[in-house]
Amino acid sequence: MQAAAPQAPRSRDTDATAARRLEVARALAELLPPDCLLRLEEELRPYECDGLAAYRQQPLLVALPRTESQVCAVLRACHRLGVPLVARGAGTGLSGGALPHAAGVLLSLARLDRILAIDPVARTARVQPGVRNLAVSEAAAPFELYYAPDPSSQLACTIGGNVAENSGGVHCLKYGLTVHNVLAVRGCTVEGEIIELGGGALDAPGLDLLAITLGSEGLLLVVTEVLLKLIPKPERAQVVMASFDEVGRAGDGVTAIIAAGIIPAGLEMMDRQATAAVEPFVKAGYDLSAAAILLAESDGTADEVAEEVVALESVLRAAGARAISVSHSEAERLRFWSGRKNAFPAAGRLSPDYYCMDGTIPRKALGAVLRAIEAMEQKYGLKCLNVFHAGDGNLHPLILFDANREGQWERAEHFGSEILELCVSLGGTVTGEHGVGVEKLNSMCVQFSAAECAAFFAVKAAFDPPGLLNPGKAIPTLARCAEYGRQHIRRGELPHPELPRF
Amino acid sequence: MEPALAQLRTAVMEAHHARRPLRLCGAGTKDFYGESCEGAPLDLTGYRGVLEYEPSELVLTARCGTPLSEIETLLTAERQFLAFEPPPLGGDPTIGGVIAAGLSGPRRSHAGAARDFVLGAVLLGVDGGVLHFGGKVMKNVAGFDVSRLLCGSLGVLGPILEVSLKVMPLPREEQTLRFELSETAALAAFNRWAGQPLPVSATAWWNGVATLRLSGAPSALRAARTQLGGEPLEPAAAAAWWRELRSQRHALFGPVPSLWRLSLPSSTAPLALEGARLIEWGGALRWYASELPASEVRRIATAAGGTALHWRGGTAGSRFHPLRAPVLTIHRRLKERFDPHGIFNLNRLVAGL
Repeated sequence: MQAAAPQAPRSRDTDATAARRLEVARALAELLPPDCLLRLEEELRPYECDGLAAYRQQPLLVALPRTESQVCAVLRACHRLGVPLVARGAGTGLSGGALPHAAGVLLSLARLDRILAIDPVARTARVQPGVRNLAVSEAAAPFELYYAPDPSSQLACTIGGNVAENSGGVHCLKYGLTVHNVLAVRGCTVEGEIIELGGGALDAPGLDLLAITLGSEGLLLVVTEVLLKLIPKPERAQVVMASFDEVGRAGDGVTAIIAAGIIPAGLEMMDRQATAAVEPFVKAGYDLSAAAILLAESDGTADEVAEEVVALESVLRAAGARAISVSHSEAERLRFWSGRKNAFPAAGRLSPDYYCMDGTIPRKALGAVLRAIEAMEQKYGLKCLNVFHAGDGNLHPLILFDANREGQWERAEHFGSEILELCVSLGGTVTGEHGVGVEKLNSMCVQFSAAECAAFFAVKAAFDPPGLLNPGKAIPTLARCAEYGRQHIRRGELPHPELPRF
Repeated sequence: MEPALAQLRTAVMEAHHARRPLRLCGAGTKDFYGESCEGAPLDLTGYRGVLEYEPSELVLTARCGTPLSEIETLLTAERQFLAFEPPPLGGDPTIGGVIAAGLSGPRRSHAGAARDFVLGAVLLGVDGGVLHFGGKVMKNVAGFDVSRLLCGSLGVLGPILEVSLKVMPLPREEQTLRFELSETAALAAFNRWAGQPLPVSATAWWNGVATLRLSGAPSALRAARTQLGGEPLEPAAAAAWWRELRSQRHALFGPVPSLWRLSLPSSTAPLALEGARLIEWGGALRWYASELPASEVRRIATAAGGTALHWRGGTAGSRFHPLRAPVLTIHRRLKERFDPHGIFNLNRLVAGL
């Protein structure tokens, strides 16, 4: 993950902080066993950041409850004392969503890690929030079922975190995001009351509070249990890999696949800088002379896959693919994917630090955005690798920088913001799957008007009237947007008139 | 600003200031749906038209008053469709009404619900604000997912002015198979099939006959048919049968005095409920023509881990399954924040809100 940047503010205890810590610790000590409460500086340090290590903050205390009733008790105490509370899963998030609050409790849900039930007939898994994403599919495997969303951190990231971020993965074009694969959430309100949203059935009366909870970044409630949808494992999967001489043409290849009525299980793209970075590392067999490569996965029954692979090959060839190879064994399929899945660590090998962006754009703008990013590399004097969930139009430019060199982190941040503003101006969004957290608060001011942000705060207040759950994240205040000074981009008024319109 | 929109804004702002309730109206095909609702009608059909549709982006954006038929004609020409199969109930609904009601057709259990295909929405706020949520891209986690909250909101948070929907390619081929099965055997088969890598796209059971629809690549359909057996239905007859079911012209939806819609976990065993029944969504949706008291139907549904909606008939009590206290509290607070004077579809989703 991204390494530390220099501007890390460390909280130094004042007398007031120490007194408050003592007061809250006393209250929580009555509710939790001694090993469920951390208060010493060296115990708190591992919790001071998540996957976005450029932002660090020590919490007042860390609570590690083991049961739902302990979670509710902590919430009730925080509510009574007016203490902010930040929930945390595995801490793999990339937007600082689990960054602690200086005056708050960091509530780790890592110990609520039990798979409560797998129902192979109803095809559901009932799990606690600290269960790792991959552990669900492993537990469902004996029934030939799996849990579809597969964020690249799936080995470590937790279901609670996936709910908070509405996580995606490489297969969401066909199988959907977390919101499409969660049937119910049970959680604890800010008042410490149990609330159940959704259920084992396919719809529930009233407003769809389940949908708005998914991706709410811990601002609305604390999740204590999740009912997940499991789906049958496809009989077979194969990957078609195509090389292109020009990134725009690879983008056209993506469009051509969709236009042909094919929804591949995964559709990913890497530019030359990205393949060059990963190839020495994983030896995936990528065509290093290609300007970009596309990976398209087909899954389903054996006959269906055979048919779709032929169709994919012919569409890609017609779109101008220079070379095409098809995986002929499971080992080869995994090798094709290995480079894509290792793009982040490869960036970490190339450069002391990297900054991962997460904008989404209409697919047709892929080529133009890549060319614009190339120009920005010159402007900011930093290199950028590009990997995309191309089927979803979700970009992950990885900006390389060295935090120890004066001014590079600031340049990387500005580079990133300019990419995101370009995404918004093209009708896209500043975050496709990593969340806003603290990282993209400024960019939110560009995407949403003051009235829209006010509506988000209205939703927050309906769930959390005192505003204690993960305060200061996800939605920018009016004051912050005014300070940032960049205007909300109104649809249809492009701030980059030099770019071709689509 | 466009005159049709300016007119709507003025009407809403005036109603808000005068604290005069409004009843949001589309084509009126679902006037029967929801709790009774009073107020001056606000006609949304004038704000219409498809704003953007690019087949290769899989996204269509339309104004609320656009007739569903217009959208479906456009999509069909590009071999695409709305995969949640919105049920047109006795007429041609507007797309705003389709999303505000949030109802889905036979394909729901396998393709997803209306809300799963909502990518973005524009809301007209009480103060005349035109608020954009979500967007026109497949993946978007910026801000709370208000556009999905609006899906199924029955207008209680305000009129949906515009929606962006994910559209899907039409399946290359479809095949419908029939099986003579008891209710118990059909429920077991539906759940078993859904757990296997089969191209199932819809299931239904009625009167001793289970109907199964497969959608996908011709080779996958051939393989599935060999595996499953069953009696194939002619394509034209099959298409007509599913269309009837989707638009609720099936016999059960005829003039029965009281019709219940039960939403249950799909694996729930046959319920101890008297009356004619129709099962959809692999067992997760069960329609009952039952004249039992509402409290009894609700008790049975709740005990099975589901809920019961009084779809038609009956007079007393609420149509929707009651909300539990913490959920109701959040509904009340949302309504207070979005519509403090209660002018939008008062009572339509929840009594008193």
